[in-house]
This record gives sequence, C-alpha cells and structure tokens, in this order.
Amino acid sequence: MTYRLGVDVGGTFTDLLLLEEETGAFWRHKTPSTPADSSVGILNGVEAICQKAGITPADIEVFLHGTTVATNAVLEGKGARVGLIVTQGYRQIMQIARSFVPGGLAGWIVWPKPKPLAALLDTYEVGGRMDAQGDELAPLNEAEVRAALEKLKAQGVEAITVSLMNAYLNGAHEKRVGELAAEILPNAPVSLSHEVLPEMQEYERTLTTVANAAVRPIVSRYVSNLRGKLRAAGMAGKLSLLRSDGGLMSSEKSEEHPVALLMSGPAGGVTGALWVGKNAGIKNILTLDVGGTSTDVALIENLEARRVRTTEVGHLSVRASALDVKTVGAGGGSIAYVPELTKALRVGPQSAGAVPGPVAYGKGGELPTVTDANVVLGYLPEALLGGTFKLDREGAKKAVQTIADSLGIGLFEAARGIIDIVNENMFGALRMISVQQGYDPRDFAVMGFGGAGPLHVNAVAKLMNSWPAISPVSPGVLCALGDATTRMRTETARSFSKRVEDTSQEEVIALLEEMAAQTRGELLADGVPEAQIVSQFEIDVRYEGQAFEVPLSIDADTLRKDGLKGITDRFDAEHKRLFTFNMETPHELVNLRAVAMGAALNLPAAPLPVGNGDPSEAKIRDHELWMDGSLHPAVIYDRAKLKQGDVIPGPAIVIEMDSTTLIELGCVGKVDAVGNILINLA
Amino acid sequence: MPARIIQSNETPFTKVTVDPVTLEVIENALRNARIEMDATLVRTAMSPGIREQGDAFPLIADHKGRMIVGQFGSYIGPFLEGFEGTVEEGDMIFLSDPYSVGGAISHSNDWLVLLPVFKDGRLLAYTSMFGHQSDIGGKVVGSMPIDARSIFEEGVRIPPVKIWKKGEYNEDLIKLIMHQTRKPDWCSADLNALIASCRVAARRVIELAGRFGDDVYTSACEELLARNHRAMEHLIATSIGEAPVSFEDYVCDDGLGYGPYKIKCTMWREGGKVHLDFTGTDPQSQASINFFLNENMLRMFFGIYMIMVFDPQILFNDGFYDLIEVHIPEGSLLKPKFPAALSGRTHALGRIFDILGGLLGQKTPEFLCAAGFSSSPHLFYSGFDAKGKWFQLFQIGFGGIPGKPMGDGPDGHSLWPGFTNVPNEFLERYFPLIIERYETVPDSGGPGLHRGGNGIQMTYKFLEKGTIAIHDDRWFTVPWGVNGGEPGARARKILEKADGTSQVVGNKVEDLEVEAGDRLHFITWGGGGWGDPLERDPALVALEVEQGLVTAGGARRYGVVLKDGQVDASATEALRTKIRAERPAQSGPFNFGPDIETLRANCLAETGLPAPKKPVALRHTAAA
Repeated sequence: MTYRLGVDVGGTFTDLLLLEEETGAFWRHKTPSTPADSSVGILNGVEAICQKAGITPADIEVFLHGTTVATNAVLEGKGARVGLIVTQGYRQIMQIARSFVPGGLAGWIVWPKPKPLAALLDTYEVGGRMDAQGDELAPLNEAEVRAALEKLKAQGVEAITVSLMNAYLNGAHEKRVGELAAEILPNAPVSLSHEVLPEMQEYERTLTTVANAAVRPIVSRYVSNLRGKLRAAGMAGKLSLLRSDGGLMSSEKSEEHPVALLMSGPAGGVTGALWVGKNAGIKNILTLDVGGTSTDVALIENLEARRVRTTEVGHLSVRASALDVKTVGAGGGSIAYVPELTKALRVGPQSAGAVPGPVAYGKGGELPTVTDANVVLGYLPEALLGGTFKLDREGAKKAVQTIADSLGIGLFEAARGIIDIVNENMFGALRMISVQQGYDPRDFAVMGFGGAGPLHVNAVAKLMNSWPAISPVSPGVLCALGDATTRMRTETARSFSKRVEDTSQEEVIALLEEMAAQTRGELLADGVPEAQIVSQFEIDVRYEGQAFEVPLSIDADTLRKDGLKGITDRFDAEHKRLFTFNMETPHELVNLRAVAMGAALNLPAAPLPVGNGDPSEAKIRDHELWMDGSLHPAVIYDRAKLKQGDVIPGPAIVIEMDSTTLIELGCVGKVDAVGNILINLA
Repeated sequence: MPARIIQSNETPFTKVTVDPVTLEVIENALRNARIEMDATLVRTAMSPGIREQGDAFPLIADHKGRMIVGQFGSYIGPFLEGFEGTVEEGDMIFLSDPYSVGGAISHSNDWLVLLPVFKDGRLLAYTSMFGHQSDIGGKVVGSMPIDARSIFEEGVRIPPVKIWKKGEYNEDLIKLIMHQTRKPDWCSADLNALIASCRVAARRVIELAGRFGDDVYTSACEELLARNHRAMEHLIATSIGEAPVSFEDYVCDDGLGYGPYKIKCTMWREGGKVHLDFTGTDPQSQASINFFLNENMLRMFFGIYMIMVFDPQILFNDGFYDLIEVHIPEGSLLKPKFPAALSGRTHALGRIFDILGGLLGQKTPEFLCAAGFSSSPHLFYSGFDAKGKWFQLFQIGFGGIPGKPMGDGPDGHSLWPGFTNVPNEFLERYFPLIIERYETVPDSGGPGLHRGGNGIQMTYKFLEKGTIAIHDDRWFTVPWGVNGGEPGARARKILEKADGTSQVVGNKVEDLEVEAGDRLHFITWGGGGWGDPLERDPALVALEVEQGLVTAGGARRYGVVLKDGQVDASATEALRTKIRAERPAQSGPFNFGPDIETLRANCLAETGLPAPKKPVALRHTAAA
C-alpha cells in the first residue's frame, strides 16, 4: 500500500487528504491552523489522519504541500533584508518601478507611496555596462563592487542580489559580482538576475530576483523546520511543495527558488479540479474557489490549466509561471452595504474576514455578509463542520434587515440581492478568463469548491450557461487533494526576441535542447527517474511590436516536422480566435521555455456503492428556503450517505463536514460513480 | 442638420421599473464590459503609446448617446448634432477631427471609432473608443508639431466617415488614410484594436439586454443616469458655495517664445447648479498648445473629482451633466477657432486637473492636493540607423506626484491612469540609444509635511545621428505647494554634445538635430509639497538624505540639520524656530512661488532660457 498525503495550510484551517494510490481510497481531515508555527497544526493533522486510516506516518511515501508562507512574507513585508547591486544610474530602479499608479483618473490622490522590496539604503550602483546585444561597453568597476559589498556587509543584509542592465544577454559582470560577494560575504546567499530570470525588462527581472532572495530565508526556515518535525514523527518519505504553476518541486529546490511558490495556495484548488475532472470524465472546466474574502477562478481546457508568465502578489508583478488564476474580492465574508449618497447595494470588496466574521458565526461580527444572506435564505442550514458549530440565524436576519430597510425592500429580497450581486462578481471574473480569451462558456462545466463554492456554483452555472455545475467530492479539501495528485515540474525561460525571418529552426531547436537538458538535470537531481521525465517546449509568439504574447506548447519532433511555419500558423489561428483578425506584420519569437515534468499519476478515485437513484436514505430532514421570489419546501441530505446514481431534485441542500451544496429550483443533481454531484437544468 | 437614425424597428423602448438588485447587476456587468474593452485594446494594439502607456479611452453609451460607462464623458451628442448623414445597422463611424465633435477628442492624433449597436432592428446603445496614434503624418515625426500654425500641419484629419456602411467595409478609405502616416503598421494594428474593443462591448450589451429584456436594460440605463444626478445634486448643494471662487494657473509657453498663458476658472453655485466660468483665460495661441476643451469632458472631470471620495464604486456616467453649467470664451486657449493648431494640447489638459483641484480645495481643504498634474512630457527621436532602417521613438515621461492629504507623493510616477514607463532594456534593444541614467532628482519634490514626489532625470545617449523634439511644461511657472508646503522643482532639458560642450535646450522644441554620442538629460517636474515642512519628522528627512532622495542642503528647507548623517536635534530645533520666526505669514492655502514678473526677471539666470514674451491676441480671434 502506497500513501500520498496532501496538506494545504489556510488562514483558518489546515486541510489534509490522505490517498491510497492503488485503490483510490482516501481520508480527509480538517484541523485549526496554527499561524505562529504552521508545522504544529500540520503535525496534529498528520497524527489524526494516520489514526483515521490506521497507519503510521512511516507509511506515508510522499508528503505534498501547498503553502502561502512565501506569499505572506511578501504581502506582509516580512522578507529578509536584501542588498541589491545595480548598474550605475539605476539605483532607484525599485523606487520608480514602472511608474504605474492604480485606480482611474485621480487615483493617485488615494494611492499610498509604496515601499520597495529592496530598501534604497541597501541598493548600490556600480560602474560597468553591457549593451543591448550583450557586448561589453564598459568593464566592471571591481573597486566599486568591493566597496558596495563591504557597505552591505556592514549594514547587515541577509542576502545579496545582483541585477545589471542587459544581463539577460550577458551575465559575465553579474557572475563576477557574485564571486566577489562570495568572498566578502561568504555566508549570504547570492542571487544573480540572469540566472533567476534571463529575460528582458530590467524592473521585472530585478523585482523577481529580489523577491526570490527576500523570501528565501523564510521559506528555508519553514521547510527545514517542517521537514525536521516530520522526520521526528517518523515520516521518512519525500517532501514536495506545490509550485504556482501547479507542478511539484522537491522541498530542497523550493528553498533555492521560492519565488515559484508565490501562488502555491490557489494552484492547489486548480490541480484538485483537474484530478476530479479526469475521474468524472469532464475535460473543460471553469473553477470557482470561493473562500472567506475572495474567489479564485481558473480555466481548464482539455484537462490542462491555462498558465501565465507573471505571478501577481499584492501590487507586485513577479515574473514566474503561475496558473492563470483571477481573483475577485467576493467571498462568504464580503460585507454588504448601502452608501448614503447613491442608495446602491454594494457587496465587498471589504470583508469581515475570519474575525469578526459573518454575524451568523457569532464571533462579534455585526455587518451583514454574503454568508449571512445565505443563512437568511435557508441555503446554509443550522450547522457547519459536522454539527459542532451552530449558526446564528436570528442575528443574520437582523443584519440583513438593515440592508432591506435602506433599500425599501423585503428581507428575503435583500438577502437574495446580496447573493445575486456576489454571483455577478464571480460571473464577471469567469467571463474574463473564458469569453474574453475567446472561449465559449457553453463548452465548459463549472466546479465550485472551497468552503462556499458549492453554495454558489449552481447559480453561477446558470449565469454562464455552463453545465453541469459540479460539486466535487470533498470540496472543502480540494486544495489538499490537488497537492496530493499532481506531478513534478520545472522550467527555464529566456528572452529570444527575434523575428522568425531572422532566425532558423536549427537555432531555436539547439537553444531549446540546451534548456531541456538543464531542466531534465534538475528533475534528475530531485530523484525523478530519467525514464519518467517528459520534456516540452514553449515559445511565446507575437506580431512584432505587440505587447501581448501567445505561449505555444510544442514538442521537439513536431517542431522538426512542421518547422517555425507550424508555430506561426498556430499563432495566427490563436490570434484570430482571440481578437478576430490577423496581420501582415512579421512574427517575433519573444521567449523560449523548456519544461520538464515527472510522470503523470494515474490515481483512481474510489467508486461509491451503486444506489437505486433514490436519495431518500440520505435525507436528514425537510427544510424551507427562499428562491425565485417565494419560500419553497426543500430537503436536506447527508452527503456521506449518498450513493452512485442518486438523483436529487432541487431545491435541495447537501451537507457534509466542511461544505454545503445548494441545488436550485428547476435543477437536478446527480451523484456520479465517485461521489461528485453534477447539477443540470431539470 | 443632425444625423438621421434609421431603425428597421421603430418601436420605442418602454420605461419599466427596475428593482435595485437588477440595477446593481446591470451596473456591474457594464463595468466588466468596459474592463474587457481595455484589456482587448492593450493586447492587440501595437504602438508603444497605446500598448505600454495605455493612451486610449473606452465608452459605452445608451441609445440616446449618453455615457453609461467610460472615462471622459460622451461626445456622441455633439457628434450626432453635427453629422450630416445616417446612422444605420452595420455602420461603424471613424473620425479624428476635433472640430467635428466639439473637442471631445482634442487633437487629430486621437482616432475615434463609434459603433451604433442594434438589437432586433432597434438602436440599443453605442460603444466607442479613441486612442492616440503615434504618427498620423504631417510636418514632423509624431505629428504633434509644437510650432504648427494651423491644424493642416498636424497630419491627416479625418471627418466623421463610415469604415463600415451597412455592413460593407470601405477598404479604399482605410488605404487612403494609412497612406498618410509614417507608421501604417502601428496605425493599422491600433485601429483594429479599437474596433475589436468596440465589438466586444457591443456583444456584451446585446447579451445583457437579451438576459434582462430590452426595456429593463434601457430603463436601467436611465436609472443609473438618474442616480448620478441625485448624488451630484446632493454633493453640489453641500460642498460648493454660492460665493464665487477663482483659481488660475498657467501653461508656461507656446514653443514660439510667448507665454505664460493663463487659464482662469471661477466657480459658484446658483439655483442648485454649479457654474464653471473660464472668463479671464488668455486668448488662443498661434502655436499648437491650444486645448479645445469639450464642455462635457470638463463636466466629467469635475464629477470624478467630486464623487470619487463618497462612493468610489460608482459608475461615472453623464447623468449629472445638466447640473453643471460651463462657459468657455470663444477664441480662448480652451476654445480656439478653426483652424487653430491643437496637437500640443497635453499641457493645458494636464493643467485643468491642477485647476480643478485648486478650485475645489479652497472650500474643502481635505481634498486639496499640491500641484503636479502639470504635463505629460514627450520625447521624439527619429532617423535612419546604420543599416539604413528608419526608426522613430515617441516616449512619454513621468515626474513627481504631488504631496496630498494621505501622504507623500511617489517619486517618478504617472498622474495619468494606466500609464507605465517603457523598460529601458526594451528601448536599448529596439532604438539606437543607451539610457545611462534613470533616477529621480533629489530635492525636486516640494518640501512639506508630506513631500512632493521627485521628478525624473533620464539621460539618453544617442548612438545615431537623428532629430529630436521635446514637449514639456512647468519649466517657467512652478508646481505649487499647499497648506504650508513648498513648490516642487521645475523641469529642464540639457543637451551635452559629444564634444563635451553643454547647452540648455527649450522645453518645447522641434527638429533639433543630434549627433551620435550626444547626451540628452531629460529632467521632469517635481510635485508640490503638502503641509508645513517644519513639521516633518526629522528622522524621516535624515533617512531620505541617506537614500539620496533629498540632499543635506535640501534638508535645511525642512529645518533639519544633519551631523554625520544623523539629526542634530538642538541645531534642528534652533533652525526651525528661526525659520518660523522669519518666514512671511501664509496668505491662503497656496504657495505659488514668485509672481510672474519675478519669474520673468530671473528666468535666464535660473533656467538658462530667455523669459517668454507676453502672449498677444491674434487678429482673427476676438479677445476672451
């Protein structure tokens, strides 16, 4: 028996999912997170889940982990103190950034002056210059480098980063600075921009290098602490972390390259959705991960999640591959309010968060939230978390009544209004990643997960006309499931910036092969057997002069067979799909990437016992909820007792430990072979 | 004769009641549609002006042409008034002549696409977008000759014409237009991008009406307009006084040696309406700094400054327009007579924001920010490279954000929404130049409790012989400070020749020859300071000295004395006491620096440039 354990640490709960590889049998567990030292909560969870499964930690072969530790270090400005060495004339590169001020006209009036990730005091400039062809214009001024490093040493920086102009074309000067840094500050880790990100655009390259260095000590401490405790508990298996792009990397690699972890959290949900989709036989999925303060959405086409080349963290845009996850400030804790001036009903982006939380949680919240509206309408019945936690329905009613009074409408109408608006916000985000990318939402299913996803997924599917609406098995721990079921991955990228007519198939293939060898080497070093490694290439293409690139995946054989013409034809087709037109302008190959992946896991899902289509054995009680303008009788079911093939007519509510699924009036839910509820129009 | 609208289905929309929730949903959906327009544009446009700097503006209007979502207010009304033709299903209108839309686009570089949206034979909406084209032909590269004497020198000028006429594409028209520009590749891509954006929004509007019903959709638009009206009515009544307040500011010069040009606005409330009267503004210029200010655009700017604070989620629309009376004198800098040149309007456009801020802030100091929305500095560099290939660069610079109630102004940032700088590695890769220095200028931000942002010094080393042009302002008058804050530093430009000599060059110059090896130091304005600099934390001043954002000498303007980089507390206290005792009492919230005559007298000594001469009224235009 081989066990994989997925662990996702969230703000409130740590979710664990233990999977037995051969049978697909799984166990799940939720335990309170311990923000001061997350490993405490994790170890509590490991102990509990092993007990449930009747195994010991020594039986766990692979421990897979999604974490927000890197993200939080950046957002809270708790990264290491980083020294930065730049080209003469560029000391304020992080201060000026891209000169961009968010918000519309007059947005600058309310925008605070940001603090750069590497302090200006810890930034020094040195003489020496490469040009835009990678040729040396002026030799490196080593005396200045030494002086700068001595100062940084005296200032007590914890890490050194070097980012020189045009280093993406020629890293010789950076290398030399790195050597001197190793000599002068032998204990400080050194990051060179041309190694971290050999791509054009000095600000993004510098920021990415600095972000990597800033979170490195924190991630490293976190990982080694966790590894130590797991070992002490007897877990001898591998420890891998989930990257922003949905792949895994060894914990050792993550200590070197933590910038790849910045979107590790949301990536878990998407990889979980991939696994569910694979087992449910559904290939095109829009994901809807509804949390307390925000909702993450992503698009999966043909069981591949879309990726982007930048990771957005707070106001920073770091160049590292990530799944294309869009976030909107709409979640269960989003606060509804009616501004005096306009008398409009607004929902979010302010959130009641975990504390004080929605009124219904009885933790001191007084402002009406989306969760409160769900409680008022009867969509969220009595108890969450298996009955240990009662909801304050009267409190929720009182809070939502304030909205109803301000608008001059009834309580239920106001509550449903709040839900409609928050659904509309989710709909807007989903449209951005589907319709706007040229996809027809009718070709997709929507999968709702996270605590509140299954409550909203039916309504959102109606808006999108995307069916079925899926409430996956274990929606509350889908991130942990994703951690447990994805594969190893690594990639490398570099700027190419050449017109197709100025290069050749041979040049491109030679470069890609060189990069592929590097990535395969990385996976080999991480213990992935040679035979299991799959290599893939990606080429970013655009019409020369565009700001927008289309990444195209291709393998070496196809590239040899179809040549660069094959690439440009595919680009033209994609451009037409996205924007409805093509152009005469020459094609430019902007970036090249090589990706190496470990073996895809073929993990089965455990089938449910076959039922007779009638869910009444799972019925808990009759219920009443408000929908389409009036109260309707409904039924509450226990998800754990549902069988394969059960058909649940709406309106109905299906409850489980950590999540509630709402099947709306006029819709019907069907339980599939492995326990997913697929909702369609009746 | 106004435009004739042809509908195959003449049934009027019925006004129905829209419940508040549906209204919110429709408002949100329109907001999203507008975001989609922006995203589509940026991803398909090609000129750096649009793709990197986002110089383009979307609009969705109701079937009467009133803006429901957008940024600059609707120009569709004036367009329909002046368009002698039909508007029919399958049409798409294209124009760039500011005089054809009452200045709603303010120079011919802005290409505007307007799509009437029909559903079931009825005109349901308009979608529209305009964007700045990097070159539309004419006498100079970039098509914004500062020394143009009429609009005929500023490139191709497109009257309202149809690219699509009842579904039929007019290829010859586009060929003719593209033949006029030096960059047909950029212009074609950008035009395609504008069209794609309008089509995306049109699809969204049709879907929305399909989802809720045409009558609900059109009634919701009415209600959204009415909501803005109510909100603005309330704001005007509570925050605008009946006693007139005035504010004036300047465009420094016109590039032909005349200036500064005064822009004056007086504001008062009367019978529930606010009046904005530009009487006292200087006459139009013979050069291209004229800004044909559309009344509706001004109403929108005014509304944005007012509403932003109270309900930032509101969707700005045209609903409140009848509450704002605007008077702009004919023949003035802001309403020049045809065929006045208009291409260099960016300076006066930016200045309008300083004026609005200054006007509103007099009654409500909590809104008052210092000056700095002063310009959108341009640099053009063009020529043939070593391989004989033509290159042309148009770059927009940034400067200091003003000090504001919330805190310091960021250094070297953009006051325009959505603008970003172009990476220097990109410039070096695609143009024959090296950016040797890209830093903010210490002490250029006005001292204050909240410091104004520093301007930028960008040093270009040109690698090929070529021609440059510079358009900047705030080199003669200063970015003012408020509430005790001091003015920021002025802009300047220095050309350091390859032979080692160096010269100050003007801030509005055309056709300046440069040689390979020449260096241009392009220095932008600093933002004005906010609040008394003597109240700024001395430790913060010391830190900024160490950071290189303020010099040790500059620290003394905050009354801070440093010793070995540390604050000398007693010396600081003594200096602050001395400054407090000696400085003149502030009269009012503004610090404009020296008066115009003093600036003139000291101009050559302080800026290295001769003082501009007082503008004279042109013979063919009546004085304002």
